Amino acid sequence: MTRKQVHLAAHFPGVNNTTVWADPRSGSQIDFASFVDLARTAERGKFDFFFLAEGLRLRELKGRIHDLDVVGRPEALTVLSALAAVTDRLGLAGTVNATFNEPYELARRLSTLDHLSEGRAAWNVVTTSDAFTGENFRRGGFLDRADRYKRAAEFLRLARELWDSWQPDAIAADPETGTFVRPGGIGTVEHSGEHFTVQGRFTLPHSPQGRPVIIQAGDSGEGREFAAAHADVIFTPHGRLEDGQRFYADVKRRLAKYGREPHQLKIMPGVTFALGDTEEEAAENAAHIRRQQVGPLTAIAFLEQVWGRDMSAYDPEGPLPDVEPDLSEGVSQGRVPIKDRAAMAAKWRALAEEKGLTIRELVIEVTGRQTFIGTSEAVARLIDEHVQADAADGFILVPHLTPGGLDEFADRVVPLLQERGVFRADYTGTTLRDHLELA
Amino acid sequence: MTLHLAVALDAAGWHPAAWRESSPAVFSAGYWAALVAEAERGLLDFVTIEDALGPQSTLPDGFDDRTDQVRGRFDAVLLAARLAPPTTRIGLVPTATTTHTEPFHVAIGIATLDHVSGGRAGWRAQVSPRAAEARHFGRREFPPVDQILNRPGGVDLSTDPHVRDLFAEAADAVEVARRLWDSWEDDAEIRDVATGRFIDRDKLHYIDFAGRFFSVKGPSITPRPPQGQPVVTALAHARPPYEFAAGGADVVYVTPHSAEQARAIVEEVRGLSGDVKIFADLLVFLGEDAARRKARLDERDGAELVSDAAIFTGTAGELADVLLEWRRAGIQGFRLRPGALPYDLTQIARGLTAELRGRGAFRHAYEAATLRGLLGLPRPVSRYAEVS
Repeated sequence: MTRKQVHLAAHFPGVNNTTVWADPRSGSQIDFASFVDLARTAERGKFDFFFLAEGLRLRELKGRIHDLDVVGRPEALTVLSALAAVTDRLGLAGTVNATFNEPYELARRLSTLDHLSEGRAAWNVVTTSDAFTGENFRRGGFLDRADRYKRAAEFLRLARELWDSWQPDAIAADPETGTFVRPGGIGTVEHSGEHFTVQGRFTLPHSPQGRPVIIQAGDSGEGREFAAAHADVIFTPHGRLEDGQRFYADVKRRLAKYGREPHQLKIMPGVTFALGDTEEEAAENAAHIRRQQVGPLTAIAFLEQVWGRDMSAYDPEGPLPDVEPDLSEGVSQGRVPIKDRAAMAAKWRALAEEKGLTIRELVIEVTGRQTFIGTSEAVARLIDEHVQADAADGFILVPHLTPGGLDEFADRVVPLLQERGVFRADYTGTTLRDHLELA
Repeated sequence: MTLHLAVALDAAGWHPAAWRESSPAVFSAGYWAALVAEAERGLLDFVTIEDALGPQSTLPDGFDDRTDQVRGRFDAVLLAARLAPPTTRIGLVPTATTTHTEPFHVAIGIATLDHVSGGRAGWRAQVSPRAAEARHFGRREFPPVDQILNRPGGVDLSTDPHVRDLFAEAADAVEVARRLWDSWEDDAEIRDVATGRFIDRDKLHYIDFAGRFFSVKGPSITPRPPQGQPVVTALAHARPPYEFAAGGADVVYVTPHSAEQARAIVEEVRGLSGDVKIFADLLVFLGEDAARRKARLDERDGAELVSDAAIFTGTAGELADVLLEWRRAGIQGFRLRPGALPYDLTQIARGLTAELRGRGAFRHAYEAATLRGLLGLPRPVSRYAEVS
């Protein structure tokens, strides 16, 4: 029996504390060369796709722009379009918000990317909850959670109507007969819904993939349902084995309701990794990376997000202070809001007491995500095991450095996955849908 | 003084029947890459890329059902970005409309184009007056353009109150983009390991723009682009768009049909701004058989070609005469619209540039690495930077 194949993607380490900017090897997060480096490494490693997040407002803490982390990024689809010129097979995925965009414009931008990359475009559909981000947009304001997903679902349905509105063979371009567009080749879109009323004609022919690959990142009940109905890939935080298996089973189970098969939705947790020649060295590397990611000031900043108050007077290397969280408003803006800060504060306090952790040690402990730590052999084995055990269909790797952050993985781990017979030796198709076996 | 030369790229060229002679793959990146490579070999200042939020039509508003002309266009900003890596010196100026779009998105898109091209980005800011395009967004109802044209004194769209509002909105969109580009000072990123700070937050600025049509808080999420301010351009045919261009653009494209008209337009625009670069648009068919080629295409299309810009047919030498005459009227550069691609582009990039060089009126090599540099525009300091 053939083993389940692993899917791999690379996340450009964006704007947050996962990127270790203080490392001397850390380069620019904005120069195009940094994007080219990581994308080409991912393509050398035969990855499915390259993934870019978006930001629409700079984060704030205590009413001021957060200044400790890497900040400043390009517009995702514009960079991906430029990357289409320097890569051949790699999928190009961008996060673009459905709350602060209009379907007609975004559908044509995504279709353009699919044409220009010859079928490698993917859209990570996200929604935004806060009026804080809305302050940068015409639309302004915000929608409550349920409405955000309703709008996103209608957005996606409308985008598909637009993408499908030209017959696949609409372009004849026959100079002899003088027929550029076949009669009836361009359909009219008439959409009237709760959030959008759009009538007219689209401006692009059917793209190589017909429609870009749809990615969804979001873990709520609404998010899972949205993914089951619409997405081709889910980007999840559930990288740990049992947690991943529960999520995997839950989401795949929801597919039947929408007439879909389990293989039509790929579950890909975002994970980090730390390699070493020995297990000890890998563990040391991992600990070193985490200490760099959570410096003393960053540790305090995390605490302030949960406690909702100024904690700058406390020693990050000392114990958690005995003050109660201020639950009135919160001090952080531009991040995913924490649902129940009181519960989280209680959990953090209990953990710090139980394990005797300092503030910084606590933050390192609680903000880590699944990390594959070990020798190349061990990491290849772990990845394979997670996939065979239905905890995931693959992983989106988040390196902590750019450039160079993916080199070791591509050179050392990928060949071992290939040896195990669970990862492609070369691309067998040309489109991202081909790579993801979604066709 | 040498003149500036740009070409306006669109589909198979500006004659609607042009595609029948070259059968170009207008929906492939390779077709566009070959065009821009040719323009760069000719050392042209920049290419512009046309765009709109609806398909092409022979009607003033709404869709025709013609099947014999090119229909469909890429998003111009993304196409320009795709063309950046294979080129090194030529400016890339996509069209992005200011109507219906989010100024924040457009501003960071153009800033990103500047980052990926190493300082070669421009923006042709354009309004979308059409009711048919407004229906693609469903948020505003526009009067049909035909109806505006039929009002007393219609003809000139730009005097209509609806169109005036669109230009006022466009002016706000450009102002927002310019503030966002300045909202990060050049040295905002400090990577100060000693204090743990990646940025100096005092060098990031809220733009706090509040206008009639939208408000934008800022700052940008994209650091200040390499040119500081990418080059803003606009096409203008009458007073309100002249005012818009004079107030917000670095380059204005105007459409005189004679040297006298060119002189009058230059005088009018100069009365509004001493700084804006004035380019003239010309639709051109070049070569010994230019007039015959155009006539053949007209016949194929079933109508004589019409354009807002003057239509030139003749040899590169004859065109050079016209350009130099218009330059004496105060025109500083030209945006030539090739009648048919790639033929007329090749004639421009090879024949015309050689002709102009022979007369000491065009560059022999790219003299700068950025579009601002090619146009002789200084790199501006962020408006928010403290003067020390």
